[in-house]
Order: sequence, then structure tokens, then C-alpha cells
Amino acid sequence: MSDPIFLRPLTAPDADRGEAVEFGPDNALELDSGRTLKTWTLAYKTYGKLNEARSNAILICHALTGDQFVASAHPVTGKPGWWETMVGPGKPVDTDRFFVIGTNVIGGCMGSSGPAEVNPATGHPYGLDFPLVTIRDMVRAQAMLLDHLGIKKLMCVMGGSMGGMQALQWTVSYPERVVAAMPIACAARHSAQNIAFHEVGRQAIMADPDWHGGAYQEHGTQPSKGLAVARMAAHITYLSEPALQRKFGRTLQNRGGISFAFAPDFQVESYLHHQGTAFVDRFDANSYLYITRATDYFDLAADFGGVLAEAFRGCKTRFCIISFTSDWLYPTFENKRIAHALNAVAASVSFVEIESDRGHDAFLLNEPEMFGTVRGFLNAVASSEGVA
Amino acid sequence: MSLRPDLAAIAAMIPENARVLDIGCGDGVLLEHLSSTKHVDGRGLELSQHKVNASVARGLPVIQGDADTDLGEYPSQVFDVVILSLTIQATRNPKAVMEQMLRIGRRSIISLPNFGHWRIRLGLLATGHMPRTKTLDNEWYDTPNIHLCTIADFVDLAESCGAVIETAYALTPAGDTKPMSPRSWGPNLMAEGAIFVLRVDNHGAGI
Repeated sequence: MSDPIFLRPLTAPDADRGEAVEFGPDNALELDSGRTLKTWTLAYKTYGKLNEARSNAILICHALTGDQFVASAHPVTGKPGWWETMVGPGKPVDTDRFFVIGTNVIGGCMGSSGPAEVNPATGHPYGLDFPLVTIRDMVRAQAMLLDHLGIKKLMCVMGGSMGGMQALQWTVSYPERVVAAMPIACAARHSAQNIAFHEVGRQAIMADPDWHGGAYQEHGTQPSKGLAVARMAAHITYLSEPALQRKFGRTLQNRGGISFAFAPDFQVESYLHHQGTAFVDRFDANSYLYITRATDYFDLAADFGGVLAEAFRGCKTRFCIISFTSDWLYPTFENKRIAHALNAVAASVSFVEIESDRGHDAFLLNEPEMFGTVRGFLNAVASSEGVA
Repeated sequence: MSLRPDLAAIAAMIPENARVLDIGCGDGVLLEHLSSTKHVDGRGLELSQHKVNASVARGLPVIQGDADTDLGEYPSQVFDVVILSLTIQATRNPKAVMEQMLRIGRRSIISLPNFGHWRIRLGLLATGHMPRTKTLDNEWYDTPNIHLCTIADFVDLAESCGAVIETAYALTPAGDTKPMSPRSWGPNLMAEGAIFVLRVDNHGAGI
């Protein structure tokens, strides 16, 4: 166990940095691409206490640009954890009862091995020499983290968006290690539209002259403009048309009226600019390329002749799937497809669609019906597993 | 918690540790009762998303779906018992629903309101209006019950689906259940509703 090293300077140096495990050549990480990471690091942060039977562990997987700081201050931004409404003492994921592990992903930039880290073979940052990773690679790395922590079985694995994809992958890669799974606002594969939006983001980064073919660290630059544009485009997909309209409408920045120029006239423009620049301060551009690629490659049915149900055959895991009515990034029908596939192999599945006009990001927000569902489901799983 | 009388009667028919699918499970009251009293491995299918959410918040494995369209998703003979309580009259295609139930489960339990009850017969004769009762309390133009039938009609349907009626119970106005002979004219006139336990012979016996 070691102190994770972050790519960005800490603005909250007193915040808990979590932990990281450094795996050596004895625990090399074999990747779907055929390449191997001989030495690698995975960062994580835990909350609550593991019980004696080691039966109360809940793994929380994060979304595209999330991190392991689920329920505590982010050391780089100083902002509260991304799921503090969901996870904590007395919260739906109750850290007084459960041992919660917030895990980072391989390829990320919050203390885990990724393209911004130094390649031990060359002494230079990996850049594009870092191998491409998949959702399955991320989950394989997490399974090795659990081995390291001495946890054989998870009471639950859960997450939203890309976190939900990891939760699903867990039930396919390691069904015997997962008692319950809660994939929220996700899909069993990336659609053409999902891939299309990601490609816009990647092209924005790679078109920035400061990207330097991915070797920007060596050039002492950063493709900030490209990364900000990528974030702006992506951010729109996380919201909904009614939510944007309600929040901004056509409200102008300046009461004097429109400027007949290209500086931001509308409030929605400066909101997006802010989202873009704030993102650049905490995220690595190459990591963004790698992680978006991992989600594009995600297709759970691909190894099962394209039949999703076959991926779950024989799986004893209890599933609870949650979607949101206004989520057009991973819409209800994609979530329902998973529920139907589970039904077709007689797996145990609950499916809840929550009415919200806040789009995909609803899973991060205060949605009481989601909290009720999560609490009820986890209570039922805990009681059948004998977790107090 | 006291169950609706027809649900209590159905619950009494379910063996311990059975695998049960409750179609139109509402807020999950029967499933919860079965899982706490008989350790049943229960699943639910419910049309109303609001009721699904309430069930899942109580820890029950329920999904939103429509009996008319979604039963085809389930594999054959995976459940010991499939339940459809006071819902068949609200489906678009009762025959197809019954056939799916017989395919999915080794036993099917179906309860229904009896449109042959004397009060309904008399009501139509006396008033000339579509009859309304406590259980069927809607105007003809806004009722969800689009496929009402009598006990005799239901018995005909079961037969045409190749189902064997194992047992049948009449639901009395007091809320009791009484074994009945499905083909006799008495219950068709006197029972407010009925519960049938069905199976298809070639699927073998034994819950």
C-alpha cells in the first residue's frame, strides 16, 4: 500500500489521498489487447469497516471521469465526493454497516497507472505507448485489488454510467464473486451514437496543436483547448433539453443585449465554458482518450455470439437495474434490454425506471426514489447474506 | 398484514421454497408474504412503474412489464408456480397470456371475477345498463376490464389451451374460498369469483 501520486497539484493537501497498490511482475496485468503491464498501480479509497466474515464489502465503480473519492473530499479540487448523497453514515449505501471500496480505473489519472505515468521501461511518460485498456481490463485489475485486500466476495458491486458497465462486467467475468449488482443508467454496449459523441471529443483533443501526438508532457504543454471542447460536447449529453431550458433558456450574459460578436452572449455558453476549463484542471487529456475508447469497445454480448442473455447464463447474482426517463445517453430501453436478457436466463432481476427531467446526470443528483430503491435493495441483500 | 382474501387463498396453495412468478404483482404484497412465510424464490412483473419502484424499495425482485407482450421473454418451465390474480380480464389477449403462463410454469394459478354471478345477471336484466359491482366498479367506457368472462367461459378457455384444471375454488361474498366443481352450474351463478390451478399434462406433475 502506498500514497497515491496525483498528476495535478493538490488544492486540498489536507484531504485524505486514499491508497494505492503497486503490483509487481509477479502480478502482471494481462490486457485484452494482448499486451501486459508488468508493474502497475491501482488507486482506491475505502469507507467503513470490513466485518469479521468479510461479507459486507461493496465495490463502487466510477463513471468516465470520476474517481475513487466517492464520499470524501477530492484532494485535487477540494470538492465533496461525487456520490456523497448516496454513500456515507446512514446514507442508502450505509458506511456504518458496509465496507465501501471506491476504486479508480486502470488508464485513469487519479493515482492509477495510465498514459500520464512514467513508463518504467523508458523513464518517460507513457503517452500513447500506454496500452489500450477495456472495461474488462479495468475489472480484472479491480479483482486483483480485492485479492490484495483479502476480499473473496462482494456483497454488491455498483456504479452509474461507465461504473454500471464495470458492475455488469464483474457479473460476467467473476459471477461467483458478486452476490448482487446494481448497474445504474448504463448499457450493455456502446451504441453508434455513444461512439459518435466520444469520437467528437477525441478529435477535439487530437486536433489541438498542443497535443503533440500525445507527447505533450515532454513538450511542456497541455491540449487544454481540445480537452475543454471535448468536455463541453460530452457535458451536453449528460443533461436533458428540458433541464438546459429550465436552467438557462435564452438568458443573456449581459443585460445590454446581444453583442453581435462571438464572445459568449448566452448564459448556457459561459456555463459550458466553465465546465470545460474546470475539467482541464483535474483531468488528463490522454486518459480521456483511453477511457472513452474503453467504453466504445464495451459490448458484453460480443463474446457470446451477440446474444446478451448468454453472457448471464447460470449467473446467481441478484441484479437491480435503474434508469432515468430523460437519460438519452443510456436510455431506459438500453437498461431494459439488460433486464430482459437476465429474465431470459431466469436470473434474479429488479428493474426500476425513475422519473426525472435531469438527464443522464440524474444518477449523481438528489433523486429520492433512486435512494429508496438502493436502500431497499441493499437491505434485502444484506439480510439474506446475514450482514447486520 | 392481512392479505386480500383471494390472495390469502392463493398463498395457501404455494409450497415451501417454490419458485414463483407473480404477474401483475402490484406493490408486491403477495410476494413479500410468500418470501417471509414460505421462503419462496419470487419474481414479479408489474405494469405500473410506480408500483414496481415501491416493490423494489421493499427488496423484491420486480420488473416493469406487460403480461401481453413480455411473457415471451421468460424461458419455459422455470417456475414452479405462475400467478395471475384478478388480472386476466384486463389483458388484451387472455388466451395468449394463459398459453404463456402454462409454458413458463409447471402450475398456473389464475383468479378472476365471475361475470356469471346472479347479481350481475339480474342487474343487466333489471336496469338495462352494464352491471357494476364492488370488484368491477367502472363505467363501461373507462374500464380496464376489457375481457370479462364467466366461470363457464374460463373453463372453456382452459380446455382450448390444453390445460388440466387440477383444482378450482369459488370465492364467496364473505371472502371465503370453497372447493368447487368447475363445470357445475351452481358456482357460476353464486360465486363472485374463482381461483383455478392449471397445468398442462405433458409437462408432468409434481410441484
